[in-house]
Amino acid sequence: MTGEIGQLALCLALALALVQAGAGLWGARADTGAALDLSRQVARMSAFGFFAFIALAFGALTFGFVTSDFSILTVAENSHTLKPLIYKISGVWGNHEGSMLLWVLVLAIYSALMAIAVRGGARLTSAALGVEGLLAAAFVLFILFTSDPFRRLDPMPFQGAGLNPLLQDPGLAMHPPMLYLGYVGLSATFAYAAAALITQETGSHWARAARPFMLVAWIALTLGITLGSWWAYYVLGWGGFWFWDPVENAALMPWLVATALIHSTLATERTGAFRSWTLLLAIAAFSLSLVGTFLVRSGVLASVHSFANDPERGEYILVLLGLAIGGALALFAWRAPGIEEGTSFEPASRETLLLLNNVFLTAAAATVFLGTLYPLLLDALTGTRISVGPPYFAVTFAPIFIALLLLVPFGPRLAWRKGDLLGSLKLLAPGAGLALLAAIVIFAIQAPHAVAAAGAFALAGWLIGASVVDFRERWKSRAIGVQSFASVLAHAGLGVTLLGIAGTTLWRSEALDVLAPGQSLQVAAYQLRFDGVAPREGPNYFADRATLDVMRNGRQIATITPEKRSYPAEGQAITDTSIRTNGFSDLYVALGDDRGGGRWTVRAYFNPLAPFIWFGGAIMALGGLASLWGRLRPNALRAAPAE
Amino acid sequence: MMRPAILAAFLVLFAQASLAQTRPDALADPKLEARAVELQKELRCLVCQGQSLDTSDAPLAADLRHFIRVRIAHGETDDQIKQELVARYGDVILMEPPLDPQTYLLWFGPFLVLILCGSVVAVVVARARNRSRHQN
Repeated sequence: MTGEIGQLALCLALALALVQAGAGLWGARADTGAALDLSRQVARMSAFGFFAFIALAFGALTFGFVTSDFSILTVAENSHTLKPLIYKISGVWGNHEGSMLLWVLVLAIYSALMAIAVRGGARLTSAALGVEGLLAAAFVLFILFTSDPFRRLDPMPFQGAGLNPLLQDPGLAMHPPMLYLGYVGLSATFAYAAAALITQETGSHWARAARPFMLVAWIALTLGITLGSWWAYYVLGWGGFWFWDPVENAALMPWLVATALIHSTLATERTGAFRSWTLLLAIAAFSLSLVGTFLVRSGVLASVHSFANDPERGEYILVLLGLAIGGALALFAWRAPGIEEGTSFEPASRETLLLLNNVFLTAAAATVFLGTLYPLLLDALTGTRISVGPPYFAVTFAPIFIALLLLVPFGPRLAWRKGDLLGSLKLLAPGAGLALLAAIVIFAIQAPHAVAAAGAFALAGWLIGASVVDFRERWKSRAIGVQSFASVLAHAGLGVTLLGIAGTTLWRSEALDVLAPGQSLQVAAYQLRFDGVAPREGPNYFADRATLDVMRNGRQIATITPEKRSYPAEGQAITDTSIRTNGFSDLYVALGDDRGGGRWTVRAYFNPLAPFIWFGGAIMALGGLASLWGRLRPNALRAAPAE
Repeated sequence: MMRPAILAAFLVLFAQASLAQTRPDALADPKLEARAVELQKELRCLVCQGQSLDTSDAPLAADLRHFIRVRIAHGETDDQIKQELVARYGDVILMEPPLDPQTYLLWFGPFLVLILCGSVVAVVVARARNRSRHQN
């Protein structure tokens, strides 16, 4: 019964999305205030209704998973009665159908929030709700036609097939909702940008209305990418944190463009500068979200993310992609000549720095785009197969991003319109001092890979030092508020992540050996004494658990227990690494193959500064949160301009 | 500024960082073994997604790691070994795509975008400055 309720709810939601689209777009063209008001109200009510029905459908599927209702195909293929409750719930989005339903649920949440938001004026809100309604309808159609999550199975199997064990992990339970909150949040920004073009209100109104949504999306993308990277680090069993895998790149591209967008919006919102460019970025950011969805969902890429390969789905998303991007770009090309651009500023000003930020971020995003799609296109067009791996990004992405990082500290120090370059250099002297100190320390202690390490540490010192200066300057000025910490935190977070990346890549130690009980393995300053492997039984898996004593200077300081787990229901085995961290460095141990006679392969890594990678991501997200907080204060809402 | 306690923590950290690596199938000469490890990082595992030969657990990757060590022991250069593998498996085995007319766009595209955007920004800034000077 729940399956049918879910399906019916989806159909009703589709009808409401179409009403929302029609009413919203009609309102944007209404002649009288009364007609505009009426259609906007209809669009708003439809948005609330859409949310209610999608929530009902999602609830129905979740109920199916929690109660192990194997008469629903999606549940039978992806769940199992013995799975712990948390993975029954996360199993809802651990498959293609359910994850598309989650996508639409997040869209419905944003749609409802847009209906509640008071900023932007009636006509703009109406048009934005209309565009969001169109997107909602397209995605619900996609679900109903190609990815029905409620398809019945007859006869109903006695037991489910289980969930990919790699996905049975707390980090991965959180990663997709977080990433979708980011991807789909950009749809709201896209809707406001399209609405601005439709209504020709391309000034700062739309930017102010869209700003909270793009901040939420950016925070969620930052956390989603951080969580994904952390998961890859501890699950894949060899201590890497970023692989330039196409699926990771699919999330990185919208993040880079969204980062450019939240910076250029600062200018648009304040002085109405860079109007067309900000609109174009808003369109590009969501377009890249769609490209990412296409790459991940169509099965073009084989990975842990592509649950099932079905060309029909790929074609549908490709058409949707073409219509959304093509339509938005056509609208832009039509309206852009009419957009007034008349700002004036000196070369040494915050405006220039924001533009430079955008140049480098756009080039960085273009690099990731080329590196991800080029091999696919080349293969499709010529049949030549190439790999684009880390060495490519090291010589393209890295220099572009390093140039950007060098400029970051100047942005907050230069005033709008006319800044003082010499004065800002003087203010930033402590940052330069910290950078120099960091480099000297690296050389003085003769750290391995000293030149690269000194460069990375100097750059991190420059960023963190400049953030301290930023904090001091903001503290001194009277207008101190939570949002003042946005750039302080976000830019310092970049420095912290950079430290982590440099430490882990340049100074990691690695050891791999076959050990018999009693033998030991040396990694960095640690000696790992292997005590053998014992079997253990988990809720839905069997594990071989190794016990290793961690010795340092002949003294035992800890015991760690990496495992190899086999999941009989899914017929798969995974390694469960054991990581001992002190917040500065990780000792990382994974259990390899059984070599017979009690001998096992053991792989150990010492990763200096690895935790900083994820600390930095969290600090950046806090920076976004500070900016959002400042915008959601009650008086900020009241200051909303009337149409 | 960096406090002494943090500085001390960093010193401890660096002191631990050595670059030792042991493997059951390692070559006896550490220099040759280092070359083998470097080489297997530049080559892609063909059966698993996105991993290098260095980190892959796949049997094919283990065979290729062994192949690399045999060839190095025979005195072949890194380039010779790579060429042999490319002849057998194609360019797809190289982590770094080759530079040829088919990949010019891939290699130069990022810098093209950078130059293009940079030029546009230069024009925009010049115009904004003219307006700014005009107003004053």
